[in-house]
Amino acid sequence: MGALAETRGAPAPAGAFRPANDEGQNAEGSARALLRFITCGSVDDGKSTLIGRILYEAGAVFDDQLTALDADSRKFGTQGQAPDFALLVDGLSAEREQGITIDVAYRYFSTAQRSFIVADTPGHEQYTRNMATGASTADLAIILVDARKGLLSQTRRHSFIVSLVGVRRVVVAVNKMDLVGYDEAVFRRIEADYRTMAAGLGFTTVDFIPVSARDGENVTQASRLTPWYRGPALLPFLEAVTLAGEAPEAPGFALPVQWVNRPDLDFRGYAGMVAQGRLRVGAGIAVLPSGRRSSIARILAPSGEVSQASAGQSVTVTLADEVDVSRGDVIASLADGPLIRQDLRARLLWTGEAPLREGGEFILKLATTTANASVTQLQHRLDVESFAEVPADELPMNAIGLASLRLDRPLAVQDYVQSRELGGFILIERLSNQTVAFGFIDEGLSTQRGAGMAGQEPSLRRALVRELGRPGSARRRAFVSGLSWRAGSSLMLAGATIALGASEGLAATLAIGDFVLRPLAHRVHERLWRRDDAGALQDGAGI
Amino acid sequence: MIQLSHLQKLEAEAIFIIREVAATCEKPVLLYSIGKDSAVLLHLAMKAFHPGKPPFPLLHVDTTWKFREMIAFRDETARRLGLDLIVHINQEGVGAGVNPFSSGSRLHTDVMKTQGLKQALDKHGFDAAFGGARRDEEKSRAKERVFSLRSAQHRWDPKNQRPEPWRLFNTRKAAGESFRVFPLSNWTEKDVWDYIALENIPVVPLYFAAPRPVVRRNGAWIMRDDERMALLPGEMVKTRLVRFRTLGCYPLTGAVESEAASLTDIIAEMRASRSSEREGRVIDHDGSGSMEQKKQEGYF
Repeated sequence: MGALAETRGAPAPAGAFRPANDEGQNAEGSARALLRFITCGSVDDGKSTLIGRILYEAGAVFDDQLTALDADSRKFGTQGQAPDFALLVDGLSAEREQGITIDVAYRYFSTAQRSFIVADTPGHEQYTRNMATGASTADLAIILVDARKGLLSQTRRHSFIVSLVGVRRVVVAVNKMDLVGYDEAVFRRIEADYRTMAAGLGFTTVDFIPVSARDGENVTQASRLTPWYRGPALLPFLEAVTLAGEAPEAPGFALPVQWVNRPDLDFRGYAGMVAQGRLRVGAGIAVLPSGRRSSIARILAPSGEVSQASAGQSVTVTLADEVDVSRGDVIASLADGPLIRQDLRARLLWTGEAPLREGGEFILKLATTTANASVTQLQHRLDVESFAEVPADELPMNAIGLASLRLDRPLAVQDYVQSRELGGFILIERLSNQTVAFGFIDEGLSTQRGAGMAGQEPSLRRALVRELGRPGSARRRAFVSGLSWRAGSSLMLAGATIALGASEGLAATLAIGDFVLRPLAHRVHERLWRRDDAGALQDGAGI
Repeated sequence: MIQLSHLQKLEAEAIFIIREVAATCEKPVLLYSIGKDSAVLLHLAMKAFHPGKPPFPLLHVDTTWKFREMIAFRDETARRLGLDLIVHINQEGVGAGVNPFSSGSRLHTDVMKTQGLKQALDKHGFDAAFGGARRDEEKSRAKERVFSLRSAQHRWDPKNQRPEPWRLFNTRKAAGESFRVFPLSNWTEKDVWDYIALENIPVVPLYFAAPRPVVRRNGAWIMRDDERMALLPGEMVKTRLVRFRTLGCYPLTGAVESEAASLTDIIAEMRASRSSEREGRVIDHDGSGSMEQKKQEGYF
């Protein structure tokens, strides 16, 4: 315990941090409740060391685990007598032996402020797929850069993947500052280089923190060695960071059917996790891709029977009519549901050992469904150094490209930027059953994609859509319904005034109209508008 | 948007995983080890298929050295929920006289647990087995997939795991291969106890402090659950107020001195604890890579 006993004397302020099995008293659902983040960057940038250091200083390492770390450090450690914090996260023997991270490790810890799930991901290009796996569920990415080396192609590749999977908040930790004498000029140069490189990646915010993971500078406490840096240390930063509020609830809903629950002849339910929007009892639905219609009769949630359920909930629904529904179908709202496509355009992150070539045939898994897919065209490959799109006739392992795919049957899909659940897929190699690609549907369906999409619709129409919603959408209906109510109720009141005006005073008539007729008429009007509109099924939704 | 709590999100994810297995595997089974994690797993399986029953049986690989209270609780649970329970004992191991005392913890665990599990899976032809393991338990488990592919020989290849992005599980496998599936991967020990308290899930009373007959051996309090545990020279059975943080074979599971007699007490005690729940597990201390080694050999 010798070495550990010494360093253990100076962890973060006592009482400020608690072990992993204590989540503190966070208000659930607050913007600061749970933060899922990843560490990524090139080989030997010190990712595992940084995470090990954070876990240790946050008090998330138990005494018996520290004893094991001490023994491991003597055997495999690279830090002499001092504990090698990377060994806390590099959980596989092969990793400890070689001193590298091979696979993503998930660790769970809490401070008084917040709970965290961190995915420590490998830096080796060979294991990029494991990095991408960790990134796919993260809210924030810490990208490590070795202060001595500056940006490397793995920094660029990982930054692009982070952007591709939809992470919008990035922290660049410039590590190993101790090896460059905590030189501000080095830090500023890397900051400038990174800002230039990441300009087109769509991150909302990029922050920069100079750290030494090995020495614990700017990890949990502000370092005295970087007086020129005024920002917070890394852990306080992570505790305080607020994520942009979750995207507003989608107007339509979609429930990919996972399992048909038929325990007896009296019950037939369709189980799955709501992929988007909110289901309500009584709402009209279309079963996609067949397009058959019904409405939701009951919703069973884990807590019991409910009247509505929203994205992320695992539910079982029953329908009002006997319609044919199987695993892989999507129960969707009549308006604003997913689209039906048999040809897809998608970005691919290739994870297979053998390169992808045009004509390749795979099994595509999207949400709860699978289809046979062939890659009909490889449109381009991304050059990792310049982010330029270059022509390509194959995608080697870890490359990113844009491809066209032809499916053997139509599926209900969305663009990835609109829905991870209905826009993200994997390709599986038929013989080996290996997962050979992560796919991101990019049909350009989204209306909010900025530059690339402008000009597809006349500007007046776009403005109309922006203000009023698309034809058939809930927003458009609300607008038209409101308009119709305003016009209708005014006409009705005017008529009543004229009819009654001769015998009664005008003021009394208007008062009666306002108190009695208006609510009555409103109810009638609402009922008229509530009726399901047969024409509301959108282009492409069904059949 | 309906805001889901942390536990509701974990619950939804676990139910999704359980249903995915039922829908894509031929013959799943739930590895029921009677502990708190198994209790949560079973509770989630019941919810996943409500109002029906889970379309798979429970399997307990009995080493014959479990606490008697565990066995009673196991049988009562299967009866209460009306589920099929398969109990498998490695008869070859029993015949060879393997036991935790003279054979050592390592051999005992390998023969009675790991080999026993493989025998049972092969005998019934199960192609997917749910386990209650969590990534926060141990550092090689932190590297485990939710769907962990095992070869026909039940081996785990940690260096070549399939990537598992989002919640998209590649559930394809070749003949003879199988999955170990871990719906509680993202749960922590505290989540498990909070959920047990929230949902009022029955657990084995051994988790709660009570006066129990224990012997101090190799620095741990071992409960003498029956006469098969011979006392060594100088050992004395004492009655102490103890409880267990994890449950396994009684000779291999250390008790902790505690007054925590309710769920609230347990949760409070866990917050203050400075040691991990697996500290009491003798088998985890057979060397730093020992869990990974056991997993490669087919242990859960």
